[in-house]
Amino acid sequence: MRSSIITRYKIWIISALIISIWPLFLSDLALSLLSQMGIAVIFALSYNILLGQCGLLSFGHAVFFGLGAYFTIHALRLINIGQLTIPTPLLPLVGAFAGLILGITVGLIGTRRPGATFALITLGINELVHSSALMFIDFFGSETGISAKREGWLGITFGSQLEVYYLIVIWTFICIILIYAFTGTPLGRISNAVRDNPERTGFIGYSPVMVRALIMMVSGFFAGLAGGLYAINWELVTYENVGIMQSAFVLFMVFIGGAGYFFGPIIGAVIVTFITLYLSAFTGAWMLYLGLFFMVMVLFAPSGIAGILMLHKPVWQRKLLRRIILSYIVALFSCFVITLSGIGLIEIIFHWSSTGYTNSVMTVYGIKFDAKGFLPWAITFAGIILGGYFFKKSLSNVKKNWSLVSIELQSKCHDDSSN
Amino acid sequence: MIEFFIGSLLNGISFGLLLFMLSSGLTLIFGMMGVLNFAHASFYMVGAYVAYQFSAFAGFYPALIISVSIVGFLGAMVERFGLRHVHKHGHMAELLFTFGLAYLTVEMVKMVWGKLPVDYRIPHTLDFTLFNIFGTTVHAYKAFMMLITIIMLISLYMLIKSTRVGIIIQAALSNPVMVGELGHNVPLIFMSIFAIGCAMAGLAGGISGNLFSTEPGMADRLGLIVFVVVIVGGLGSITGALVASILIGIIMNFAAAINYSLADLISFLGIASSKKGILAIKISQTAEVLPFLLMVLILILRPKGLMGTRET
Repeated sequence: MRSSIITRYKIWIISALIISIWPLFLSDLALSLLSQMGIAVIFALSYNILLGQCGLLSFGHAVFFGLGAYFTIHALRLINIGQLTIPTPLLPLVGAFAGLILGITVGLIGTRRPGATFALITLGINELVHSSALMFIDFFGSETGISAKREGWLGITFGSQLEVYYLIVIWTFICIILIYAFTGTPLGRISNAVRDNPERTGFIGYSPVMVRALIMMVSGFFAGLAGGLYAINWELVTYENVGIMQSAFVLFMVFIGGAGYFFGPIIGAVIVTFITLYLSAFTGAWMLYLGLFFMVMVLFAPSGIAGILMLHKPVWQRKLLRRIILSYIVALFSCFVITLSGIGLIEIIFHWSSTGYTNSVMTVYGIKFDAKGFLPWAITFAGIILGGYFFKKSLSNVKKNWSLVSIELQSKCHDDSSN
Repeated sequence: MIEFFIGSLLNGISFGLLLFMLSSGLTLIFGMMGVLNFAHASFYMVGAYVAYQFSAFAGFYPALIISVSIVGFLGAMVERFGLRHVHKHGHMAELLFTFGLAYLTVEMVKMVWGKLPVDYRIPHTLDFTLFNIFGTTVHAYKAFMMLITIIMLISLYMLIKSTRVGIIIQAALSNPVMVGELGHNVPLIFMSIFAIGCAMAGLAGGISGNLFSTEPGMADRLGLIVFVVVIVGGLGSITGALVASILIGIIMNFAAAINYSLADLISFLGIASSKKGILAIKISQTAEVLPFLLMVLILILRPKGLMGTRET
């Protein structure tokens, strides 16, 4: 019995051990990155309750996150001046309940119809909050935002990044478990039914609007909690946090990771946080790269990274991966050529325009050249076109191998079931 | 008083007509293809930037024509090689695609033209005061803008209502499959409608970019208002879009011109009050927020929108 529990929850236990012991050997910078990843994971999972589970595409999820953060930072301020006592580890719950109440409000107004209408309404509500942020200065602070200081609790000062990291990671773990458990509850199940066929859900006695509103509430709760953790982590909240960019980023995380799988948003959150923090140190065009990454996923891999992984799981299990790996390598190589030339092209334009088109001498990939010349443009364009040509060629090879493998897979499955 | 009234009304109508140039294209595309184009305002922005770029050496009017053709062509390409490809993954994928496109356009514009506003000016030939009406001066360029918008909209109306192409378009709006069965090239019709909608947005950008300001934030700012217009007017209804455009244009311009706050009203009534918090917010400050407030109100009170036939 005991061993079966351990094998069943193997992944959870191993990852819990890794994320609790590994940080002891890390620098503050890496810890800060991990803390932000934890917050992003909760935020992305809360978004996927809407998108993946209930099929609601929201462009305004930052409202829950941002207002959760604002309520938490205000609570923290009250604690600072001694008018309120909440132990710091429980402080994110303030944000969570703010998100919950906001979620049910937005849910009741905007969930009559899913799809385009819901997307528009959430976008509008996001903009409503974002543009009123500069009107209600007492609550949102002016452009400098609202700041407060973390208080200690039971001898833990929360002064070092390590202590904050542990607070965040414990909350992240609790949230992952809760959201995972939520997918199995009756509400979680019926939300899937609402996503797939709202009309029939109505026939069996569940109001789709009510289910969507409740789902918004749950999602708002976790988004607010993520916002609360953000406020604790940074001790500063600005009106950028309720901005549309924040909403776009969480959508990117979930979609790049894969909305159809529970672990998809976790992968996406880790990748996008990494891109926003590390790529932005290298290039000013990182937001463009992030957008391009998202568009490539929308066009060519709508099930996200998780979808690609899960597609190959049976192939991996039946040891057929080596049959297709060669054609993959060829295709990936041409992809690599396209990416490299594309990045080169973007960097050339970016460097040149950032000087106001006055200084055309620049260094990209460690090569110094003049952008007024013909060669840099010719090389990058040739790279993109040739790469695209060979990618298209190699893609047919990939398709051929894939269909062979999938036929074999089916026959193997058939053998397994007949045995 | 009458000066303020006429001035705000004229500004409101000209802004409303501009909004309608965008919202009519958006509504047409939505009604026909079921695609809500989140990147619609991006075409508006690209129109402004391209017109600016060409006006430097080709002059204002040729630049306008070039910009409209380029944006229309871009729209056709986006439909042909983007949306049509994404269509098979469903409506969600289409929404995501246009949203991603809107995001990318802003980033690309920032990359090519920088983050600051570009120097796109009103042409000299139209830079004078046309006439005076109750003490309100009407600038020639504004009159030109209104004229272009009205001509554009009337020709669009004529195209749809009284030409053969228009009849096919109307038929494709209500029943694309049947139109296909009758031997018309429905994908081509879709592509042309998308291109026309985008070209109109591009024209709106070209003629208003120099009056307002041509900068990377312009698409988001106007685009969001256009979406509000579409919701308030009723998703898919062109008449609704017209009413809502003019309404929102007028509301925003009146609000922007009223420099009083609630506190002023209270003290006007003879009650002493402190000028703090919500009371101290001037109505002119709320001009940017009012459309969104109106949208929320409409959603609560009349979810169909003003002229919509189906519930949003």
